[in-house]
Amino acid sequence: MDNIIEIKNVSFEYTDEQTVHTAVKNINLNIKRGSFTVILGHNGSGKSTLAKMMNGLNKPTFGDVFVDGINTRDEETEIEVKRRVGMVFQNPDNQLVASIVEEDVAFGPENLGLEPEVIRQRVDKALKAVGMAEFANSTPHRLSGGQKQRIAIAGIIAMEPECLVLDEPTAMLDPKGRREIINTLERLNKEKSITVVLITHYMEEAENADRVLVMNDGEIIEDGKPSEVFQNVKLLKSVGLDVPQTTELLYALKQKGFSVDTSKISIKDTAKEIAKSFFKE
Amino acid sequence: MLKDITFGQYYEASSPVHKCDPRVKIILMLCFIVFIFVSQNAFALALSTVAVFFVLLLSRVPMKLFLKNLKAIWFVLFFTAVINLFYSNSGTVLLHFWKIEITTGGIYRSIFMALRIVLLIFISSVLTYTTTPNSLTEAIERLLSPLKYIGLKNAVHTFAMMMTIALRFIPTLIEEAEKIMNAQKARGADLENGSLVERVKALIPILIPLLISSVRRAYELAEAMECRCYNGGEGKTRMKQLRMSTVDLYAIIFIVVFAALVITLNIIF
Ligand SMILES: Nc1ncnc2c1ncn2[C@@H]1O[C@H](COP(=O)(O)OP(=O)(O)OP(=O)(O)O)[C@@H](O)[C@H]1O
Ligand SMILES: [Mg+2]
Repeated sequence: MDNIIEIKNVSFEYTDEQTVHTAVKNINLNIKRGSFTVILGHNGSGKSTLAKMMNGLNKPTFGDVFVDGINTRDEETEIEVKRRVGMVFQNPDNQLVASIVEEDVAFGPENLGLEPEVIRQRVDKALKAVGMAEFANSTPHRLSGGQKQRIAIAGIIAMEPECLVLDEPTAMLDPKGRREIINTLERLNKEKSITVVLITHYMEEAENADRVLVMNDGEIIEDGKPSEVFQNVKLLKSVGLDVPQTTELLYALKQKGFSVDTSKISIKDTAKEIAKSFFKE
Repeated sequence: MLKDITFGQYYEASSPVHKCDPRVKIILMLCFIVFIFVSQNAFALALSTVAVFFVLLLSRVPMKLFLKNLKAIWFVLFFTAVINLFYSNSGTVLLHFWKIEITTGGIYRSIFMALRIVLLIFISSVLTYTTTPNSLTEAIERLLSPLKYIGLKNAVHTFAMMMTIALRFIPTLIEEAEKIMNAQKARGADLENGSLVERVKALIPILIPLLISSVRRAYELAEAMECRCYNGGEGKTRMKQLRMSTVDLYAIIFIVVFAALVITLNIIF
């Protein structure tokens, strides 16, 4: 099986007393093993609702979600789904349960009923993987937001999941903390081949992704490589999203008649592209 | 102002008392409390005093920290001493005015009772100064675990989990309360002046937002715990195992000898 997550004709409805609100509308989506996917979309477009269906926290109203071939609806295999797909949320403060870092990271493996020595090894490995090994004995409330979020990620990694789903993990962090998290995720994806699904509002974070999805009003309206998706400047703007500043610059130059390739995203590539077109003129 | 609440009194040091297993420490502290109460005469109480100070010195926690705890309850101490002063009319009368007389027996009793309280405070402070809140929680969970045989398994685990989460969130909530207080002060709220009723009223705009945000936190925490495969403690293991060592053996021998001496002194005199 190539796909760790398969989402088949899935819709999700929130029902209040009288009103029914469809937050996710008939989505089909497969997440490839080892891939790095970024989901973009403005507030209320259904990103969190979709994410929570990826590990059975939300059960779809219609359709089915399969994790590693297991239907997330089955009650008996609920733990199996959650240990395969780990979730990290926005506020690191509300995800940590213990007042000592290593005891918090041990929480997941302890719930899985592993042997003490195995838990010890996993905790040490997870803390090393997020670069927080030296803080094993500190207390979370003395750490910075970025550090706390890395502890939250370590707590999930210690369960050795195949896939990490992160719902705006950088939203409450400063630029430095954001960089820390994105670097950590890119490293985990490359070195440990953990599948990553990252939900974010920051376009720059999609730069190195394998795939970018854009959601609007409960539907996926764009799906492709970052360089392809960001080409659609008009469409993205129409759903309230910004493109990366580099793309914006190239797009403006092109409209003024310069012959530049607007698919470049990183600052370095953009600079090269502009230099090239200047020398051509 | 809220920062002054020092939370969790743990004092980091390397001492035999720190190394002692928290379960053993809790039980020994309970024994100490019982023996301090059954010390009926000056000799037994003197022995208890020596034993308590021995443990205090052994713990390598600075004496001023123990005195700080005493300061917090000086009123109770003072009250106990004064009441007991008039309680006994044995011995020779030292002072006599109106219907009240102070006797040597009264003074003896007053010192005796006050000393008991001081010892109780000291010995329980040793426990909190030398044990981290987490190991304390775990020890309580372990000590209460026999309750599972009478059908209280979930209750014990739930209680321990509640304590762990409370310990984790107290600093977070204090920080948040401070933020809200500053925000309300910036809008002109006056928290420090006015009558008691006014000040209590001024607290409402702080407590309500704090309560609402706590409920939201609890909801998010529950989801995060579910994502980490928490299912009420069923089949849960522990990374850190509590282990007894030779230190604990010495501690138990110490308390047994101490018990024997207290009982002997109580019987002889
Ligand atoms: N518990 C709920 N009850 C009712 N409606 C909800 C609930 N949670 C979300 N919704 C609605 O569902 C829609 C999708 O919400 P969702 O949280 O998935 O969006 P999102 O893309 O994650 O937004 P954001 O960027 O703000 O996190 C929104 O219109 C929202 O109002
Ligand atoms: Mg969201």
